[in-house]
Amino acid sequence: MERRAYYRNGVLPWLLIGPQLILVLVFFYWPTTQALYWAFTLEQPWGGGNSWVWFDNFLAIFRDDEYWLTVARSAFYALCTTGLSMAVALFLACFVDRALKGTKIFQSVYVWPYAIAAPAAGVAFRFIFAPQSGIVGSINHIWPGIWDPATNGVHALIMIIVCHAWLGIGYNFIFFLAALQMIPRSITEAGAMDGARPVRRMFDLQLPLIAPTVFFLLIMNLISSFTDSFGLIDTMTEGGPVGSTEVMVYKIYFDGFKGLDYSGAAAQSIVLMLLVIALTFVQFKWVEKRVHYN
Amino acid sequence: MIERSPVFNFVTYAAMTLGLLVVLVPFWIVIVAGSQSLQEVSRVPIVLWPSSHLWENIQTAWARADLGPKMLNSLIVSIGVTTGKIVLASLSAFAIVFFNFKARMVCFWLIFITLMLPLEVRIVPTYAIAANALLPFQVILDTLGITGLIEAVSSIRISLEWNLLNSYTGLILPLVATATGTFLYRQFFMTIPDELVEASKMDGASPIRFFFDVLLPLSRTNMLALATIMFVSSWNQYLWPLLITTDRANYGTVVMQLKALIPAQNGTPDWNVTMAGALIIMLPPLLIVAFMQRWFVRGLITKDK
Repeated sequence: MERRAYYRNGVLPWLLIGPQLILVLVFFYWPTTQALYWAFTLEQPWGGGNSWVWFDNFLAIFRDDEYWLTVARSAFYALCTTGLSMAVALFLACFVDRALKGTKIFQSVYVWPYAIAAPAAGVAFRFIFAPQSGIVGSINHIWPGIWDPATNGVHALIMIIVCHAWLGIGYNFIFFLAALQMIPRSITEAGAMDGARPVRRMFDLQLPLIAPTVFFLLIMNLISSFTDSFGLIDTMTEGGPVGSTEVMVYKIYFDGFKGLDYSGAAAQSIVLMLLVIALTFVQFKWVEKRVHYN
Repeated sequence: MIERSPVFNFVTYAAMTLGLLVVLVPFWIVIVAGSQSLQEVSRVPIVLWPSSHLWENIQTAWARADLGPKMLNSLIVSIGVTTGKIVLASLSAFAIVFFNFKARMVCFWLIFITLMLPLEVRIVPTYAIAANALLPFQVILDTLGITGLIEAVSSIRISLEWNLLNSYTGLILPLVATATGTFLYRQFFMTIPDELVEASKMDGASPIRFFFDVLLPLSRTNMLALATIMFVSSWNQYLWPLLITTDRANYGTVVMQLKALIPAQNGTPDWNVTMAGALIIMLPPLLIVAFMQRWFVRGLITKDK
């Protein structure tokens, strides 16, 4: 990022960047440090500040079977939403990339889910999947009791996963389409001349060429399914039935704000932060090696 | 397009139509259910065709969730976040790209690391800081001994306090404090050729003049993209507003009200009202995305890659 031509000024850059730095300090670095502090301390029951407890808070959550269940559930949730959403988006992007007449209309509609608030989609999907109402619930009329997310944890989880995946379609589609369109036509044409059919070209040409985008989206989707699920879960199931849709973010919220166990919630936050940082780090490592096509 | 076989074209259209259904069916169901009466919406299976009660359902939802003031709050917060972000992001990116000062790279990394951790992950401590946003400065003053010094000299004890709970600042500021926009602007400023800077320096333009007369007009597309992305994401915030507003009547946003619209477990299953409410709540960002698509798609791709 070196420039040959730039300005030299002692005060001005600090004035320009100052507000942003202050905000970042107050709302990012301070809270993150605070989370670390809480994670390693425990509040005294009758006041008198926090006492340093080393890794006790972490050990407490790691010894809790329920916590591991939440982690496993979050991982499952993240993999399913990511896989489902990316598969649908890639499928659509591949066909849109053919640029037949009228494709523009399809293309602009596919982006719409990006604009929808997670809780709004949550409310809509809750109605769609409601066992008493007449959409998915209709099958209960044919086979009574076959679908009931209100009491069956697996059904509830499926419902949320479908909704989260739907919300991600727009974002993933935008990136897949942009990546596909960046592949030079000549390469595709050369492949076609060698006798490769569309499906063959898809797997042997396009997918390897857009691998960096696939990987980037994989990481972004995983992070978002680990962190963004609160709005959906809170409007659709509130973690129920009996905790079967409680994922990491929801547990942090619940332990921290409903249970007022700041130390436990902070320790859980740190674990989630490390997870997100690890994912981002993998992403950065990959970016260095990414494919360039000119 | 290489294959021109009509069969393959047909397959393409069929697949795209299928995709259209996947994306549109939830919207369609919201509109249909939102326009039906209680009897119609409770029918099993439901008739998937709009009825005539949309307007009255919207009015019921509007009154039940008190959407008027909430819409205004959502609008204030979204516009606040969007403007705040654009101003701060363009200024800080300008400093990082066009000035050569010692701590430049440190500032760069200080800001960009924030891209890593979304607000949801550090929600508990961020909530704590909102109770007193000036606490970090108090601690700094205390550890540097300035508080004690001033107390000794003037016998005034400094205690900084700024409570952000139940205020627009509390709803807005933490959302502004991330690097998304800065990154977008930085990416764009990097593409400005050195010659342009040299030329304006030679013409005797100050950095500020250069910023306003050269950079800002050039980055108009960039600004539209960022504005769209920020408006949508701040309108759709849920967890943060939920925490920071205990006084829902005055500072609640529309998205928070969605939960209040869901029929109670044993109450009347008036999903028609819920869907009508959901429809108007999701409409503003949807319209913006639909109309601004060309710009925001470009912005989104440069932002994250």
